[in-house]
Amino acid sequence: MGLIWMLLAPVIIFFLVKSAVHNIGSGGTKDINQPVPWIIIITIFTPIAIGLMIFGYYAFKGEYDKLPESSEEI
Amino acid sequence: MAAATEKGIGKIIFSSSLGTLIEWYDFYIFGMLAKTISVQFFPEGNSTAALLSTLAIFAAGFLVRPFGALVFGRLGDLVGRKYTFLLTLVLMGGSTFLIGMVPGYKTIGIAAPLLVLLLRLIQGLALGGEYGGAATYVAEHAPANRRGYFTAWIQTTATLGLFVALGIILLIKTNMSDAAFTAEWGGWRYPFWISILLVGVSIYIRLKMSESPLYAALKTAGTTSVNPIKESFGHRANFKMVLLALFGAVMGQGVIWYTGQFYAQSFLENVVKIEFMQNREILLWAIGLATPFFLFFGWLSDKIGRKWIMLTGMLLGVIFYRPIFGTLLKDANAKEWVTEHDKKSDMSLIKSTVQGDTTFNVKTGLLIINNVDEQWEFEGNKFIEKRKDTLIPAEGVIASATTNPVGNSTDFFLQVIPDTKPSYSNIQLNNSLKWKFIFLVWVMIIFVTMAYGPIAAFLVELFPTKIRYTSMSLPYHIGNGVFGGLVPFIATLLATTFATDPLVGLWYPISVAALCFIIGALYLNNKIDKDVND
Repeated sequence: MGLIWMLLAPVIIFFLVKSAVHNIGSGGTKDINQPVPWIIIITIFTPIAIGLMIFGYYAFKGEYDKLPESSEEI
Repeated sequence: MAAATEKGIGKIIFSSSLGTLIEWYDFYIFGMLAKTISVQFFPEGNSTAALLSTLAIFAAGFLVRPFGALVFGRLGDLVGRKYTFLLTLVLMGGSTFLIGMVPGYKTIGIAAPLLVLLLRLIQGLALGGEYGGAATYVAEHAPANRRGYFTAWIQTTATLGLFVALGIILLIKTNMSDAAFTAEWGGWRYPFWISILLVGVSIYIRLKMSESPLYAALKTAGTTSVNPIKESFGHRANFKMVLLALFGAVMGQGVIWYTGQFYAQSFLENVVKIEFMQNREILLWAIGLATPFFLFFGWLSDKIGRKWIMLTGMLLGVIFYRPIFGTLLKDANAKEWVTEHDKKSDMSLIKSTVQGDTTFNVKTGLLIINNVDEQWEFEGNKFIEKRKDTLIPAEGVIASATTNPVGNSTDFFLQVIPDTKPSYSNIQLNNSLKWKFIFLVWVMIIFVTMAYGPIAAFLVELFPTKIRYTSMSLPYHIGNGVFGGLVPFIATLLATTFATDPLVGLWYPISVAALCFIIGALYLNNKIDKDVND
C-alpha cells in the first residue's frame, strides 16, 4: 500500500495545478477563478503532498508494522 | 505523576474549555458576519480590497493556523502550557475586539481592510496555538482511564463556540432592523465587542490555574526540549507519528467536522434555499442535541479504544453523506412542488409583488418585463417564487412607458409569456419537515462527535510530553484548517466542473474521509496509552 500513498502525492499536486490553470482567468467571478487562493492552496498543499510521499515511503519500508509502545522508542 | 482530584479536574476542564470556546466563538463570528464585513471593509469594485478580502478568508485558515500551531506549540513546549495558551487567548480576544473597532472603508479608506486583514491573521495565529495547549493541559491532569472523557470537554468547545456565535448573532439581529444591524457602527459590531468581556473573564480564570504537573516535572528535572520543532519534525521516529496522525486520523476528522457543521449549513442556505432564520434554527437544534455525544464518545473511547470510534465516524460519513444531502435537496424542492401540483387548487398565494420593467422591441414598441415575487404556501411550507414574465402588447398598440401601467390588465396585452426558469428561495419548512431536517443534520453532527470526540486523547497519547504541544498542534490544524477548511472551495470547484450533479461537491470530503479510513484502519493502534508521563 505504501506505493499507492507515494504515487497519490504527485497525482494530487498535478490535479491542483491543472485545475488552477483551467479555472484562473476563465471569466468567472468565484474564488476558484482568482489566482490568490490557488497560490495559497498549492503552497500549503505541496509540503503536505511531500509528507504523504514520505508517509508512503515509511509504510512501504514497514515502519508502521510495529508502532512504538512508549515515548522512549520515539 | 498523580492525576488531579475529581474537583480539581473539574476546575481545570472548565477553565481550559471556557477559553477555547471563546476562541472558537471569536473565530466564527468573522465568518458568520462575512457578508456584512465585506460591505463595510471590502467594497465591491475595488481590486485591492477584493485581494485583501481573499487573503483574509484563505490565509487566516490555511496558512496562518498551521503556522500558529508551530509558533505557539514550540512556545508551549519551551516555557509551559499555562502561559502559552493564556497568550493565545489575549491575542485572540484583543484582535476580535479590535476588528469591532475598525472604522469602515468609507471613513478611513484602504487602511480599513488592511487593519482587518492584519487582525484576522492574528486570530488565525492564536487559534493555531490554543487547541493543542488546552487539550494537552487537560490530558496531562487526567487519570489514564478517563482521559478520553475529560479531553472530550475540550472537543465540545469547537461546536459550542459555533452555537454561542450563532445564538448571539441571532439575538442581536432579531432585536433590531436590518438597516441598524448593517450600518457602519451597527449591531454587527456587538458580537466583536462582547468578546472582550468573555475573554476578560476567561483570562481571570486561567491566571489562577497552575502549570501542567507533567510539564512542571520536566521543567524541574531540566529535561524539557531545547528545540521542539526539530525534535518533532526532524527526528524520524517522531515525524513518522506526526504523519500517521495527520493521514490516518486528523485529515478525515477535519473533513467530517467541516462537512457536518459548516457545509451542511451553507448547502441548506445556498443550494436548498432554506430561509436564513430557519436554517440557523435547524443548526442550533442539531448542535444542541448532538453536543453531549462528544462526551459520550470520549467516555466510550476510554473503554474500547479511540481508533475504531473515530474511524466509524468517518466511514458513516463516507456512506451516508450523499443519501442525507440528497434527501435535504429532494424534500425541500419548491420547483418540484410547483411543477407537480396545481397552484390554484393545491397551493395558496400569500403575497405577490410586481415590479414592471420596460425594454424596447422594434415591432411592438416597449415590452413589459414583470419582476414577480410571489410567496406561496404548500402543505404548510412557504416559499418565494421569483419570475420575470414578459408581456407583449396587443396588436396595433404601440406601448410606451406612459401607457403601460405596472400591474397591467390582460386585455391590454396580447400575450403574457411566463418565465420558464423561475427561481425559488426563502423556503420555510413546515414543522414535520423542519424536524426531519434537524434530525438529518443531527445525524451528521453525530458523525462529527464520533470522529472528533476522542481525537484529543488520541493525539496526546501519540507524542512524548516534552514535544507534545508542538507535535499534536501541527497535524491538528493541517487536518482541520487545511483539509476541513478546503471543503467549500473544492466543492465549488467540483460543482463548476460537473455542473449537472448538485451533490458533486461531496466527493471531496467523501474521498478524503475514505482515504483516511483506509490509512487509519491499516496503521493505527487501538491501544490506550496508560502512561502519558513519558
